Amino acid sequence: MKCDIILAGVGGQGILSIAATIGLAAVEQNLFLKQAEVHGMSQRGGDVQSHLRLSDSVIWSDLIPHGGADLIISVEPMEALRYLPWLSPDGWLVTNTVPFVNIPDYPAAGEVLAELGRSGNTIAIDADGIARDLGSSRSGNMVILGAASSFISMPFTALENAVRKMFRRKGEEVAEVNLKALRAGRDAAGR
Amino acid sequence: MQKLLLLGDEAIAQAALDSGLSGMYAYPGTPSTEIMEYIQASGQAAEDGVHREWSSNEKTAMEAALGMSYAGKRVMVAMKHVGLNVAADAFINSAVTGVNGGLVVVSADDPSMHSSQNEQDSRFYGKFALVPVLEPRNQQEAYDMIFDAFELSEKYRLPVLFRITTRLAHSRSAVVRREKRVQNILALPSNPRQFVLLPAIARKQYRVLTGTYEKLRTDPVLESYNRLSVGKGRDTGVIACGIAYNYLMENISDSAEDYHLLTVGAYPLNKEKAELLVKSCDRVLVLEEGYPMIEEHLRGLLDRDVTVLGRMDGTVPRDGELNPAIVAAALGLRVSYGKDVPSLVRQRPPSFCKGCGHADLYSALADVMAEAGPGRVFSDIGCYTLGALPPYNLVNSCVDMGASVTMAVGAADAGLFPAVAVIGDSTFTHSGMTGLLDAVLKDSPITLIISDNSTTGMTGGQKSQATDRIESICLGLGVDPGHLRVIVPLKKNHEENKAIIRAELYHRGLSVVLARRECIQTASRNKKAEAAGKNKKSE
Repeated sequence: MKCDIILAGVGGQGILSIAATIGLAAVEQNLFLKQAEVHGMSQRGGDVQSHLRLSDSVIWSDLIPHGGADLIISVEPMEALRYLPWLSPDGWLVTNTVPFVNIPDYPAAGEVLAELGRSGNTIAIDADGIARDLGSSRSGNMVILGAASSFISMPFTALENAVRKMFRRKGEEVAEVNLKALRAGRDAAGR
Repeated sequence: MQKLLLLGDEAIAQAALDSGLSGMYAYPGTPSTEIMEYIQASGQAAEDGVHREWSSNEKTAMEAALGMSYAGKRVMVAMKHVGLNVAADAFINSAVTGVNGGLVVVSADDPSMHSSQNEQDSRFYGKFALVPVLEPRNQQEAYDMIFDAFELSEKYRLPVLFRITTRLAHSRSAVVRREKRVQNILALPSNPRQFVLLPAIARKQYRVLTGTYEKLRTDPVLESYNRLSVGKGRDTGVIACGIAYNYLMENISDSAEDYHLLTVGAYPLNKEKAELLVKSCDRVLVLEEGYPMIEEHLRGLLDRDVTVLGRMDGTVPRDGELNPAIVAAALGLRVSYGKDVPSLVRQRPPSFCKGCGHADLYSALADVMAEAGPGRVFSDIGCYTLGALPPYNLVNSCVDMGASVTMAVGAADAGLFPAVAVIGDSTFTHSGMTGLLDAVLKDSPITLIISDNSTTGMTGGQKSQATDRIESICLGLGVDPGHLRVIVPLKKNHEENKAIIRAELYHRGLSVVLARRECIQTASRNKKAEAAGKNKKSE
């Protein structure tokens, strides 16, 4: 088993909390893991990505080979498209539909969604909206993770446990709302 | 033993603590920052009383580390690659003095310049200083190698250079810990003149150093990191240095036994293994992250006895970070890219955070400079370098820490008036103060703007040595109190700030404008921490 995931977004959107959650679950599942992050200058509102690799055998490269990713998880729709050269032909792309506009020439939102539709196996959901409906506008990340969960090679309960563990130090309430977000994401993806 | 999920940087930090570290010295710089941050946050370090304060710059860090080594303790110093330029004087000479307690110098290179001004390769510094260089392949090896680095340092009485690159520094993986070693006790060097580099002593010690360097080539520990495996007779042999080995194995792990392979994790490289490899194949592909150092050695000046493939003949791109696809192409393997990036995807360069004080400063400065004319703003290394990008397009230079001040002085000497230097608070105390002294002594007609956000912002908000000290530093250096102005960069102060900047800009002598507003990232973090503290108290 191997599962290579590219996490995408804009600096400050918090893709690393998704990575940390999957990482925690992977450790509990006794999987090998490598996760390359972006620190430094790009974190200031630039495009950021993380390469997250899970496997039941030794992992060599910290970077996922081009054309080798099983999954792109993106918290921003245009950023999801930036990593298509890494996506394998039968890989999946799971993205938030809410654009993060901090550049003057951001393309029309409709065009971005249309392009996502042409990009093969895509699940695009309004993660921010779903999180807001749950009363926790900051849990969009967990909604996206939930939507992608069926493509991550581990039981859903492992992710649930990781979310609980991750957020418990911020209080039971915070952990509960993030668990709800995770489940709502899975339901929204319909898989 | 305990298994931890650690960044490469964190693995190095934990290993140093477990190796009996007594002191850690550093100046923040991507991708090295997390080494010190980990040690500062470590309960183990607190319990063991490990010194772990940021230094003003890499040179002061290196020197303090040498002092701790003089006193017999184990010590580590960490910096980004260009930081080693700043520390170079101390670093090179520390090889001539030699060490007492084990001294490990971590230099984190940044090929592809993710967050840097160049992609210089620190391995050259090891050769330059004549000290051993270790280059780990992965997080576990980084952890294990640190133990050997301290042992080697104390065995040969030399500093050990520990070279990593961004990808290892900022990639996380599982690391198994070892038994913790106790710290060294305070013990002065047995030779009281060891650290006295008067020419007569230095000449003697340098001769010893050149001899020691030759001995390193056959050291069994260093050699254990350079492994030769003879393949089943492919025509191409491969030398893979550091993490290049991972990209190689990503491509050939199923057929690795077919290849003649020399993996390199320690320098100086032993000649015998390279010779054996060269003899057993028709051509040699060299894969190394950074400059073609081993490749150039292998080719030699005449480049004719061995067929070498690598960065110098275009088999591998001459610049930039390696990745699995580049290595696959170099091996002649097929690379199956996914779909192209759709044309509607736009560049998204980094930008100022919403509400950033630097941005408000630049809004005011842009208006004033529009009146003065283009090409007059010299800047420096930090978040505020983003003033070079739209919408400001204001900054005309970013070269090295502190260069804003002195480049403005030089341009003013040439007759450019008005001329402005914009520097951050932490960069100012890193390397701007000495340049300001030059400006004071000739009353150079420049305007120095110190954009003080009271933190080292670009690297994530580390403590700034400048906080609460800038006025007294400027006055102490001799800045005219009448031309030391303080502004608060906020939108509501826009007109007032413009007037102050304009007045100082056209003053025919040195002015310093201190634009002070806390970084909004650290401000919101401090606010949260404060609120959490209050909650705790009320509980």
